[in-house]
Amino acid sequence: MTVSGLLDRRLLFVTGKGGVGKTTVAAALGMLAASRGRRVLVCEVEPKGDVAAAYECPPAGFVPREVSPGLHVMEMDTEASLREYLRLNLRVPTIGRIGPVARAFDFVANAAPGVREILTVGKLCYEVREDHYDLVVVDAAATGHIVGQLAAPVGINELVKVGAVRSQTRWMLEILEDPRSTGVCIVTTPEEMPVNEAIDLAGRLEGETGVHLAALVANRVMPELFSRGEEEIFAALADVQATAALAVAAGGASASAFHEVLEAAALAVRIRRTGAGHLERLRAALGAAQPLVYVPYLFARADGARAVRQVADSLGEELGE
Amino acid sequence: MTRRQASSPPDRPLERLLSSREVVIACGPGGVGKTTTAAAIAATMSVRSAAKVLVLTVDPARRLADALGVEGIGNTATPVPAAAFAAAGVRQKGELWAAMLDTKESWDALVRRHAPDASTAARIFANPIYQNVTGRFAQSHEYIAMERLYEIHAEGAYDLVVVDTPPTRDALDFLDAPGRMADFFGSGLLRWLVAPSRSHLVSLASRPFYQVADRILGTQFLGDVAEFFLLFQSMYDGFVTRARSVGALLGEARTTFMLVTTLETVPSLEATRFAAALAERQLHLGLLVVNKVLPASFADPAAVAVAESLQGDPVGIAGALLAALPDGLAGASRVQVARVLEEVGRSFASVGLVASRQAELLAEMSGAHEVTATVPHLAADVVDLRGLLEIGRHVLDGTGT
Repeated sequence: MTVSGLLDRRLLFVTGKGGVGKTTVAAALGMLAASRGRRVLVCEVEPKGDVAAAYECPPAGFVPREVSPGLHVMEMDTEASLREYLRLNLRVPTIGRIGPVARAFDFVANAAPGVREILTVGKLCYEVREDHYDLVVVDAAATGHIVGQLAAPVGINELVKVGAVRSQTRWMLEILEDPRSTGVCIVTTPEEMPVNEAIDLAGRLEGETGVHLAALVANRVMPELFSRGEEEIFAALADVQATAALAVAAGGASASAFHEVLEAAALAVRIRRTGAGHLERLRAALGAAQPLVYVPYLFARADGARAVRQVADSLGEELGE
Repeated sequence: MTRRQASSPPDRPLERLLSSREVVIACGPGGVGKTTTAAAIAATMSVRSAAKVLVLTVDPARRLADALGVEGIGNTATPVPAAAFAAAGVRQKGELWAAMLDTKESWDALVRRHAPDASTAARIFANPIYQNVTGRFAQSHEYIAMERLYEIHAEGAYDLVVVDTPPTRDALDFLDAPGRMADFFGSGLLRWLVAPSRSHLVSLASRPFYQVADRILGTQFLGDVAEFFLLFQSMYDGFVTRARSVGALLGEARTTFMLVTTLETVPSLEATRFAAALAERQLHLGLLVVNKVLPASFADPAAVAVAESLQGDPVGIAGALLAALPDGLAGASRVQVARVLEEVGRSFASVGLVASRQAELLAEMSGAHEVTATVPHLAADVVDLRGLLEIGRHVLDGTGT
């Protein structure tokens, strides 16, 4: 599947190392799909209100809220998810009837591996299966935790030999392991550690979770300042005599101010070059077949609805119609 | 609990502070250079003070091991050879050691220590829940990092231990991990859950919780869970006491926290929340390190004016410049030079926007914290000890704001 089909999937998990702009990219993918007429749910798995904040809306709860036409936001709540599951599947009417289950749940969910994760992934798959939305975008766990989250259905399948949960994991796995319906977007920035984590995750994702890699998004990519010939000119400007002459040519401003401006530009060039090296490494590790999508560095905006819109526009251009 | 105030003598307040502490916990949001900063101050302190310093990292990039001049880092502390410092052009007064946190190995060691006998330990190791818990249990990494720190500190082998904290879902997780671990294994609920296995008077299946859980999860899984809890109960006293001691170490006067952040919106918000959480728990925030700070020259009015003029009339300036240089400029044409000048002006203005946002945030943060250190935005990655020591110098000597 090419990158242009990214939004045709039903379930997209967006992950990345902390701090790379995972939430912004998830919010932008949701905004882009909604603007193309899809019914979209954006779900924040670790409920901190960051997705709602990205759209500059008040926080949403477990019940999705429409923030703009076709675009819905929800925050995961595993206890609410369990309650919904019990009500729908086991016809257990309320949690109150079965004693201190809430506390016991918290306890078991902390201790038993995968319980929280299966309730999270289960809820997301349920929304897909019930066709409530065309696309569910998940602001998922960071790269360090995503494998545990996505591998939960497989793990539960191995640990739990019988019972209702085991039969539930079957249809979840069908949705998760189908590359036409489910994919993972790994977000990275052109920096060493985020790229390392992206390469590492890309290499083990499918083997350990059965979920396919849909795309890599390189976020905050600095623009290329100079072509090779222009770099030579730029380097020549740093010469003391040239800088002094430039100051005179520009109408007698102090040479030190020019020096500062050239130094700053040199910093921008070096940061860009270091970043480009990391992206080349990423490209080489992924192979040519894997879609790599670029989102430019936003100088003017760091966050908020305007920044999300700009990222959505960039993604829209990269993905095509 | 008595709390030492961070004194601020005029000469290198941070170095003074660190010399008086035994444990420095580097914390903060992900992706801000926590590990590198922890290694940098550990390396720098080993140069400046006659101290035996350990840096305990959680997930070091191979690059960090390379930078420290050691062949990979394991759970056992490795000395960083003095020759590596000599190669970086400095002479150490002290020593630097490095160790990595191996979560699985550390959990196993903990079980071996607290299990009543070898056969209980073996049964725990074989339990599928244990195998999963140590790998994936929420707070498992957080707890074990603090546990290892406690163990190392209790051995008394180092003057200063600088510990990096694991990347957490929430930066606050590890602060509460020892308390939660104690609650977890000490709660009455645990006794209630495992009670049926001890006394057959009450059948497991008669409990309403198990009735529901059995329908959802199946008996065999519940059996594994019950066995796991039962086995762990044999280690209950040792474990809870230990977890409480680990928690207490965080609050001791010999411990300080180093909060690391950048001036991007999300990390700085998280850092602010973290600082508030430390204060609420009466934990000592010794220093705030702000990484990737853009130079102040972006705010210099003269430089801003120059950048504007370059964008205003690049062709005119390029012509005058070429006329003034008899040898020309790298053989470039006027149009080419004009393109470069315009781009220089534009990139200064673009990065300048980021710099001005940073400056506002930095002023806010410095106002709120007593000791703030800034590290400039380095254009290249840190690849060797020299690079680490440079960062250490910025943190310890830079006056910040």
